[in-house]
Amino acid sequence: MKVVLQNLTKIFPPRNKKSGGGVVAVNNFNFEFPDGKLIGLLGPSGCGKSTALNLISGLLKPTEGNIFFGEKDVTNLPAENRGVGLVFQNYALYPHLTVKQNITFPLENFKGKDRLTREQMDKKAYEAAKLVQIENLMDRKPHELSGGQQQRVAIARALVKMPCVLLLDEPLSNLDARLRLQTREELKRIQQETGITTVFVTHDQEEAMSISDMIVVMKDGVINQTGKPQEVYDNPKNLFVAKFLGTPPISVFDGQVTGGKLIVNGDEILDVPGTEDRQVKVGIRPEGFVPCVTGKMKCTLSGIEVMGRDMSVISRNPACENPVIRAIVPADTRIDTSSAEIKFDIKPGKIFLFDHETGERIY
Amino acid sequence: MEKNKLTPWLYLLPAIVFLGAFMVYPLIDVFIYSFEEGYNSASQTYFGVGGYNYSYVLHDPYFLQALKNTFILVIITVPVSTALALVISAGLASVKPLRDLYQTVYFLPYVTNTLAVGLVFMILFKKTPYSDGLINLLINMFGGQSVDFIDGPYWAKMFVLCFYTVWVVMPFKILILTSALASVDRNYYNAAKVDGTSKMRIFTKITLPMISPMIFYLVITGFIGAFKAYSDAVALFGTDLNAAQMNTIVGYIYDMLYGDSGGYPSYASAAAIILFAVVLTITCINLIISKNKVHH
Repeated sequence: MKVVLQNLTKIFPPRNKKSGGGVVAVNNFNFEFPDGKLIGLLGPSGCGKSTALNLISGLLKPTEGNIFFGEKDVTNLPAENRGVGLVFQNYALYPHLTVKQNITFPLENFKGKDRLTREQMDKKAYEAAKLVQIENLMDRKPHELSGGQQQRVAIARALVKMPCVLLLDEPLSNLDARLRLQTREELKRIQQETGITTVFVTHDQEEAMSISDMIVVMKDGVINQTGKPQEVYDNPKNLFVAKFLGTPPISVFDGQVTGGKLIVNGDEILDVPGTEDRQVKVGIRPEGFVPCVTGKMKCTLSGIEVMGRDMSVISRNPACENPVIRAIVPADTRIDTSSAEIKFDIKPGKIFLFDHETGERIY
Repeated sequence: MEKNKLTPWLYLLPAIVFLGAFMVYPLIDVFIYSFEEGYNSASQTYFGVGGYNYSYVLHDPYFLQALKNTFILVIITVPVSTALALVISAGLASVKPLRDLYQTVYFLPYVTNTLAVGLVFMILFKKTPYSDGLINLLINMFGGQSVDFIDGPYWAKMFVLCFYTVWVVMPFKILILTSALASVDRNYYNAAKVDGTSKMRIFTKITLPMISPMIFYLVITGFIGAFKAYSDAVALFGTDLNAAQMNTIVGYIYDMLYGDSGGYPSYASAAAIILFAVVLTITCINLIISKNKVHH
């Protein structure tokens, strides 16, 4: 089922009434979450992504705007009646119930004609447990499970009632690095097997990029950019999005456009025909640097780190905002480490120009 | 090496000395007295050793009356006060405006002097030549007959004693339960809400199990406290509790030691040991029951 947010705004009242103001957590949010897709809601801490998720779940009431599930307006429907599945960051498994009781808990709430017999409940619980591969842990208590297993139970509990939308709040942030990689693949598989529209919140851009069909990048309660992960990466709308996506992060330089040429630290590094003369911020992806003896951009070489298939070349440039420039090049690239200077050519599609003040993309 | 072994004992010494002198030694002493017939604390003499003291106490109608009173008090006040405290703290947890005011109001009895409380209950219940008391005025208003709650029938006096006990022990229970309720992770409620759980079911299936260790603690301490009741009865019915048929076990022990019929440390010791055995048994039963019901 698709989920449509229309002019959605959430303002938290100020703690002290006299001081006025209040916090705008979500600001005029307009977006359609397409049916049956895995969508990553991405942004730095405190950008309002969890608030947006809670608005969809119904745990919070919007200050303004509407929410539609399919064609149905659910804005005023309480959380109890929306039929969403929600997975919490700390899982919120009931500690006094077994895994099985936790999973059947939502089913026991069905009333009237939807009411299930014990056998039906057990069957559904078993199916959900099987989907997340915990069917052999049904009689354990949550505290007897590892973090990853608890996570799976939480997902099974959210899935067992076949929700119209599955919402996950930072689902992987409590897992260790290895488990996180594994679980995010699982998440993708579960989503594809069930076909349920799934929205997950994360501050980890790598996580969002790797499994989402679509990402929504948020900052300060406002959507900055939406689209397929690769599209957003290749075509950031502004400096924030460019900086937020990608590991290692994009290198940002202060630059100047003069007569259709981009000048960074005195070097003419790129032709930018048709761009008026102005101060700009220049963003270059790590893979956009190509070491080359005839390169136009001169930097001070600090060192190289070889990591298997890739090598990162670490250098410095006075115009660069980042402490060091990290360039990712194939491991077999030959680099003269005895020289203090390194020259780069810049790949055209990997360099972006942004307005010096607003950070909006201009090239 | 020797020094190392000694050091921990040195640290423990103050506690061992004090607890030993004021708890362990008296406990053992009471146990010994209870088997010494006619022990006289002045001359430190006794007639013989045996179970006579127990036999006397268990056949003493005053003791049996005290035992009965104490049991009635325990059986009524512990469940009633715990249940009421639970209802009130659940209510307090769900109201927003004036919550602090309510919390203060419900906590007032805890900081109020027992005698002052006794005085208030006098005004409420006592029949004087001038007035029948506030409660009787209410009963009369609804067409009932006046009842003498302080010097009247047994059930009326028992009612006042239970009412008083419940009223006095409630604030502490409310305090404990309010903080227990506040410490339940909101996420559990949110999770239940999203899954369409009714309020009643959230309370019975999530809230109650989550705070069950605290409820259990209150029941145990409630039992022990109610078994030790004495001052409440004195505040309401005066010191001659045997005449008022309102004595408690602790009251009986006190009377045996210092009361008008006092000077019988052996009987008092036997009664104390019986009380100890009763409380121990009840606590053990509680522990066994709670094994299956309380979620730690």
